[in-house]
Amino acid sequence: MANVTLRNVRKTYPGGFEAIKGVNVDVGDGQFCVLVGPSGCGKSTLLRMVAGLETVTGGEIDIGGRIVNQVEPADRDIAMVFQNYALYPHMSVFNNMAYGLRNRGMKEAEVKTRVEEAARVLELSPMLERKPRQLSGGQRQRVAMGRAIVRQPKVFLFDEPLSNLDAKLRIAMRVEIRKLQRRLNTTSIYVTHDQLEAMTLADVLVVMNGGQVEQVGNPLAIYEKPATTFVASFIGAPPMNLMSIRAEEIKSQLGSTEAGILGIRPEDFVITDQTPAGGVALPLTVEAIERVGAETFVYGTRQQDEQRVAATPGELPPGEVIVRIPGSEAPPIGERIRVAAMRAKLHLFSGDGRTRIEA
Amino acid sequence: MQKQAIFQSKLLPYALVAPQLAIVLIFFYWPAAQAVIQSFLLQDAFGLSTSFVWFDNYLDLFSDAAYFEAIVRTFFFSFAIAVSSLSVALLLAIMADKPMRGGSLYRTLLIWPYAVAPPVVGVLWIFMLHPSLGVLSRYLREAGIDWNPLLDGNQAATLIILAAAWKQISYNFLFFLAGLASIPKSVFEAAAIDGARPMRRFWTVTFPLLSPTIFFLLVVNIVYAFFDTFGIIDTMTRGGPGTSTVTLVYKVYSDGLLGGNLGSSAAQSVILMVMVIVLTGIQFRFVERKVTY
Repeated sequence: MANVTLRNVRKTYPGGFEAIKGVNVDVGDGQFCVLVGPSGCGKSTLLRMVAGLETVTGGEIDIGGRIVNQVEPADRDIAMVFQNYALYPHMSVFNNMAYGLRNRGMKEAEVKTRVEEAARVLELSPMLERKPRQLSGGQRQRVAMGRAIVRQPKVFLFDEPLSNLDAKLRIAMRVEIRKLQRRLNTTSIYVTHDQLEAMTLADVLVVMNGGQVEQVGNPLAIYEKPATTFVASFIGAPPMNLMSIRAEEIKSQLGSTEAGILGIRPEDFVITDQTPAGGVALPLTVEAIERVGAETFVYGTRQQDEQRVAATPGELPPGEVIVRIPGSEAPPIGERIRVAAMRAKLHLFSGDGRTRIEA
Repeated sequence: MQKQAIFQSKLLPYALVAPQLAIVLIFFYWPAAQAVIQSFLLQDAFGLSTSFVWFDNYLDLFSDAAYFEAIVRTFFFSFAIAVSSLSVALLLAIMADKPMRGGSLYRTLLIWPYAVAPPVVGVLWIFMLHPSLGVLSRYLREAGIDWNPLLDGNQAATLIILAAAWKQISYNFLFFLAGLASIPKSVFEAAAIDGARPMRRFWTVTFPLLSPTIFFLLVVNIVYAFFDTFGIIDTMTRGGPGTSTVTLVYKVYSDGLLGGNLGSSAAQSVILMVMVIVLTGIQFRFVERKVTY
């Protein structure tokens, strides 16, 4: 059991490239922290720095009250689950899990008890004598988990552990990991690029971009009040609609505001002829319809050409708006519709997208 | 997908493989057959009469103490060459595998010696270690070692092993480097987190995972030490002093071409041929199956 605290952590590579530009995160005892961000944002590097697999060039990493910057990975009392599982291919499942215990000089009887207990929890008992190549992807994943839990470390580190699994198995394993973590109550740091995985697993969500933390907090709080346009468009699928406020039709509805960018989530629009008080209404031409059963996504373009706002992943083409409506009823393609969102559902950001403005 | 190529004429495919077949037939099967025939024959000293003697040449060999010595010597040389070049190559490969500045330059330089032909290797080492010309010999004598491989059989043997192993390091290095590259880095990282110190990591993770490569190279190195060291021995010691560096291959040459005993020489080369077939058989049987894990 331990807190993990990162204080102004930096990583500069010898070539001068700064991968991590001063990160501050505090993960409480037993909490599940998820680092999420697009590829190349530095989330894996940060996790590997906590593991001790990458050097720290600035700041402090504190695990359970001890600064571990100079401590070997083996002595940090952490366990890590790798994206490719990193099982020892020449060892049986039992030996894979026992390896870390034997290296630490644990008595063979105790090793056996611990491995068998972990195997029972993870439903691996019948395959303890098998080699990793004789296992399916999901089973290998569970062995990797088992190797982490037998050690009973202070902290679990997960580096995109589910990204090699197919979609169904990924959801099942996601739930398993969460249940297991709750039961063991071990502080965990989990890296993913999948915002859905991040939302569902995290106690503390850390959204990263370009080596920096964009926002830290409870996943729902982040969803409801994204701090920057990057977070707004990264968290939530389909992404939040972002548009420049300079467009005359929006400016006239919002009145004078210092904000430069307006964001509205697809599900906050309704198709209506009314304009809610203080809200925003937009005329759209329907361009495409996606029906997924319980809900339907309507892709429309606004009348006016729109200037591009701050570049973010998953950003819509300029002037395109996604509207999410329940059920499968949808207007036909080519029809002109009018959508509106209430005042309380509007997100306002400064012109550079870096600051949220509370209206 | 049709895998079979279609030829208009039935003769064309044969014509296309003919040059290759001709080379194999003329330079391999024909001399091999000649050797087998020759090994059953005995010629008088002047080459005037030849008689068929069945297995006498073989029987003579097995009762010949010098041949027995050559067998033991060859096995010892092979073992020493294989072990020393494999271990040095593995060490170098592990070090070159680490990310470092100018890593590709080191790797390239370490591969170069493979391009040097065995007789040239012999000459090169002679220049360094010749008792009167050698650069290193001077330092050895200054260090109080009575270095003279032209007179001392053990020193001559050491010299041969050294030169032959040195040449093979590059080849082994290349395979080890490829072998190491095929092991995911995260496996080593997992082992580091699992509390295995570098030496333990080597013996419990790296070594077992490289064992298919090691086994393959062991066979290749033994074959090399058996046969390809001829050029090195011929340029460095010519089997001397005495017979202290005469290996099986060198004995085939010296008995047959220098000693004129063609029957015995042929019998020896047939025995060598059988050894190569056995070694290759072992290699195919085990390496292709990837026995170890």
